[in-house]
Amino acid sequence: MSALSATLGRPDHETSDTPDDDRRLGAMMLAPALIYIALLLGFPFLLSIWYSLTDVTVGSPMPHFIGLENFRSVVANPTFWQSLRNALVFTLVSQALVVVLAKALALALVRDFPGKWLVRLLILLPWVAPISLGSIGWLWIFDPVYSIINWTLRAIGLFGPNTWPIWLGQPDLAMASVILVDVWRLLPLATVIILAGMQGIPQDLHDAAAMDGAGFWRRLFRIDVPLLMPVMLVALLFGIVFTLTDMVIIYVLTRGGPYDTTQVLASLAFFTGIQGGDLAEGAAISLFLFPLLVAVVTLLLTVAHRSEVT
Amino acid sequence: MPRTLASGSSQNGRRGGWYSPACAIIMATVETRSLTKRYDSTTAVDAIDLAVREHEFLVLLGPSGSGKTTLLRMIAGLETPTSGDVLVSGRIVTGLPPRAHNMAMVFQSYALYPHLTVAGNIAFPLQAQHMARDKIDSKVEWAASLFGIGHLLARKPRQLSGGERQRVALARAVVRDPVAFLLDEPLSNLDAKLRASAREELQQLQRRLGTTTIYVTHDQVEALALGDRVAVLDHGGIRQLDTPQRVYAHPVDRFVATFIGSPPMNLVASDGMEIGFRPEHFLPDDVFTADASLERFPLDITRIENLGADRLVYGVLAPPQPPVKVISRIPCTVNVSPQPGTRHMFAVRRADLHHFDTSSGTSLSVAEGVT
Repeated sequence: MSALSATLGRPDHETSDTPDDDRRLGAMMLAPALIYIALLLGFPFLLSIWYSLTDVTVGSPMPHFIGLENFRSVVANPTFWQSLRNALVFTLVSQALVVVLAKALALALVRDFPGKWLVRLLILLPWVAPISLGSIGWLWIFDPVYSIINWTLRAIGLFGPNTWPIWLGQPDLAMASVILVDVWRLLPLATVIILAGMQGIPQDLHDAAAMDGAGFWRRLFRIDVPLLMPVMLVALLFGIVFTLTDMVIIYVLTRGGPYDTTQVLASLAFFTGIQGGDLAEGAAISLFLFPLLVAVVTLLLTVAHRSEVT
Repeated sequence: MPRTLASGSSQNGRRGGWYSPACAIIMATVETRSLTKRYDSTTAVDAIDLAVREHEFLVLLGPSGSGKTTLLRMIAGLETPTSGDVLVSGRIVTGLPPRAHNMAMVFQSYALYPHLTVAGNIAFPLQAQHMARDKIDSKVEWAASLFGIGHLLARKPRQLSGGERQRVALARAVVRDPVAFLLDEPLSNLDAKLRASAREELQQLQRRLGTTTIYVTHDQVEALALGDRVAVLDHGGIRQLDTPQRVYAHPVDRFVATFIGSPPMNLVASDGMEIGFRPEHFLPDDVFTADASLERFPLDITRIENLGADRLVYGVLAPPQPPVKVISRIPCTVNVSPQPGTRHMFAVRRADLHHFDTSSGTSLSVAEGVT
């Protein structure tokens, strides 16, 4: 707009290098973000593509091009397929829980009650705390000997003398445990996003629905959820990306065990590439995440865009 | 009371012939008993007693902050009163959810569901009643045809003009035969021309449907044009509840007198009270017939606005009157041409004068029983 008015007001040659020229200003404003992305994301990404096509290891850092050999060996490895399956279960179950619980929590928090700010602050805490510290806290909660869950449930009589689950040591319980921690970790973000979306729905619409005789569930599923769909999909998108790419929870709690039952692609790439020293194969595993994430992001953004109503 | 039962029942008779079988006549009165709403330290609605009759079109008129919308929302069940009761056809519904009040509301913003089509919007209250699908379809069609929006049923609200949205909101209100319509400034988002035609349609519709209607507005033209009765509100209380004619011609106090009428009533202090007269009664004294009983005011004319049908003459009263700014509204059919900067004798018929108590502001004319 300002470029247009400048063009109208002055001869042409003056406008191209004025300081408020929109194109230059736009480029300058975008530059820090673009440089940041190029250095911290683009470069490692390109490097991992190159590594995945070579035989580089921690011990022999001079890469030789070997084509798709790494991908062939990854695909032949049953642990990889198990990790892919685990990653999908881990992500889908935890995010389904997050979306439902976040919506319920947001519904509770949108009302006015005394001490609301304190409750909101407490709910945000898991998101604010460093993920590794939170996970270590959960490691103690799930400890096979000292687990506060087991001792508490035994003390109140819910666990008999022969019931003593090893939370992180039994395959099904281990997956449930890491899902629980992931939900705990991502719930605050989703809640806050949905809460913001709910405050964007005019009160008149709620009032109109109440006047039209709609009960709680009808208001929720016919008014609230459809109007919140774009925002909920964004929350879901964040959750999926964070969960699929995160390995801290798995690394701290189970290291992928027992018997790789909680191994996901991110942790497998780390164990193979960094701890196992096979940088090339680690890079190849991590690259499998890329098309998966692109597909998820494209799908969710398309649906979110379509469900926008205003 | 100016309205007799006879006039009410003759209207019922007229309505009876119109009805389509899809729609049942629902008789309902709406009543509030010392209804009060307090927020912290302020009292939004102060012990209002209001009885709305069957089939009545009642307008709540007041400036912003007068409590009219809060009153309406309490009647709707959207706000819980601090004290007092709301009664629908004699049954107390205070504290029950809006659903139990069974009223339909049209909001200033229309509050259409943006993700639903026009048909979906109109059908929504029926679906909430778990009505059968084919019955819903026929009722939606009926309501849409009532407002001439049958061709818009597949559209989303954002694809509609302001006037069309308003009709959808009305159709959604009408479709489920509520006991009462509650309208919260439904015309204020329309442009002036549309507003006039919408006003007329709204009135015709209410006369045909016969549904008890409570209409909130700050626009006195709407209030006077639409209402069977008008309740003038200020500071959470009803100052006057009467027919539009009487509210205009016989305001009970200074607030009602100056709030209604545009330009507002002129007020002049005189003999320990205040004299009020409407601009259209305040004319050059040569206009009146010789035998009229007049109160004369010399006026220094400062400015004249020609509005086409009328001229507004602004001026300051000259001695012996106190120097008060007053306005005269002279119809263009009156053949006098006062000039700015001159002094001219103006007059009001004594019968058209209002007298107000200086301290309380209550009308002394009404107390005297002036017709």
